[in-house]
Formats: sequence, C-alpha cells, structure tokens
Amino acid sequence: MKVGVVTFPGSLDDVDAQRAVRVGGHEAVALWHGDHDLQGVDAVVLPGGFSYGDYLRCGAISRFSPVMTEVIDAAGRGMPVLGICNGFQILCESHLLPGALIRNDHRKFVCRDQSLRIENNRTPWTSAYAEGDVVTIVLKNGEGGFVADDETLDRLEGDGRVVARYLGDNPNGSLRDIAGITNDRGNVVGLMPHPEHAVESLTGAGTDGLGFFTSLAESVFS
Amino acid sequence: MPRVVVDVMPKPEILDPQGKAVHGALPRLGFSGVTDVRQGKRFELAFDGEVTDDVLAEVEKMAETLLSNPVIENFTVRVEEGA
Repeated sequence: MKVGVVTFPGSLDDVDAQRAVRVGGHEAVALWHGDHDLQGVDAVVLPGGFSYGDYLRCGAISRFSPVMTEVIDAAGRGMPVLGICNGFQILCESHLLPGALIRNDHRKFVCRDQSLRIENNRTPWTSAYAEGDVVTIVLKNGEGGFVADDETLDRLEGDGRVVARYLGDNPNGSLRDIAGITNDRGNVVGLMPHPEHAVESLTGAGTDGLGFFTSLAESVFS
Repeated sequence: MPRVVVDVMPKPEILDPQGKAVHGALPRLGFSGVTDVRQGKRFELAFDGEVTDDVLAEVEKMAETLLSNPVIENFTVRVEEGA
C-alpha cells in the first residue's frame, strides 16, 4: 500500500514514520502540508512534532493547512488515518476525533518507555494485535492529557472506541488512562505514544510498535 | 482605531496546569491570599473601519473556529474603543 506521511513546518517524526511505514512493508510517500494533494495514497500518517511551533494550541494551525482539507475529506470517505502525538492533537482540532489534548497534569515533559494495553484491534491500524495485548512503546509529550466531557468518555468506552490505554502510573493526566481513540467508523486513530519509534530493536525498547504499520496489510486481506 | 478583544479561558472543569504553576509560584514570592489562578489568552483584532454588528458576528465565528477550541475553552468578544 502507499502510505502518505505529512510533513508540517515543525514536524519531527515524519522521517521515522516514513521508515516505520517501509519496515511495515509499505511504500512511504512524503506529503507536504502546503499541497492540496494526497498523491493517490491509500492511507495517511500525521506524525509527531511541534507543527507550526504549537502556536495558539497544539495542532490548531495545522488543522487548516491545505493538505488537511484533503485528509479530512478522505477520512470522511473511509481512508485510514493515523495521528501520532502531534498528529493526534491535529485530529482532535480537526474534529475527526472527539476531545482534546491539554498540558500534562504534572506540567513536565514526559519521555519514557510506556506500557499500553491494546483495547480495540478492529481498526486498520491495530488489526495485527490481539485485544488485550500489552505492548511497550515510547511516549514523549508535553501536552498529552486527553480530556473530554463525561458523556463523550462514556460513549467512547461504550462503543469500544478506546484503542489503547496506559498501564501503570498515568503518565500525563489523560482521563480514564486513554492513550488512543478511534472515530465512529474506525478508520481514524489518534495515539499519543509513538509506535514509529518502536519498530527496530536497535533503536528502541523493542518492536512492539510495528503492528500499527503491518496492520494495514492485514486489514486489506481480511 | 477600534479593536475587538477576544478573551479565551479554559473551561472551569478543565484542568489548567499553567494557572496552577503560577498559583504555586505566588506564595514563594511572598504574595499571599490568592486562592486560585486560571490562565487564558487575549486576542486584539484591529479593523480599518467601524466595528459593525456584522464584524462582531464574524469575530464570533473566528473565535469559535480558530481562536478557541470549544471542547476545552470559553471565549468572550468585546469592542475596545480608542485603543
């Protein structure tokens, strides 16, 4: 599959995400924030970083970039979209996902190997996992506290739209230990930890993140 | 020139870690009696002509589309004369 990775001004992890896409067995296509063009890709990754310097709010400016108009449109047609960290913030600002991400409750940047439980393996990004799988993936964020009103949280839980949950100490104040969620249709996933940093044992805590990038193939053949 | 001021504040139920940090710093500097601090943002929008109701309606739209995130923030819009 052709998987597009968007580079915004201030993106940090776009190259790692492209590499993870290739390690996962796909073709990585570099997409530019200023283009109204998805170059015919089958899926899109919005990578981590500090797009537009996190000015105004994390993801608030990126959400109105030309490429996001196309991403929002394609997501509405069912294209798989994965937002990692800053990408998750952009998806919330775009209203493709409910809720918002605010500054960590302890006010410090957190960077650690984080244990997660995969709670929903029915998305195109998580089908390589079994429900209940415990994985270790790098977490690094300053504004990773997931918040939403109780009604939204109840709906996310009730509909099985919590994709991953933090295990152990809550690292950033996310309500109900939520690390990742999906939209109603299940094609858009936002995740605060960084699976693209956990695809090769040489440079990370392991390869537990690889499933996010091999799942696409499995969902095509399923 | 008249300016339109948009104040954006985190909703009361949303945790405000920055406000908390400021609140924590005040007693360390010898300031006492502050029971809570909430930190928000102030936008000053300049216009060439008169600020009509249409302009204010536009600003409302700007505030709910870009200047604030309605999921976590409230905003108010007002005109400031002679600034």
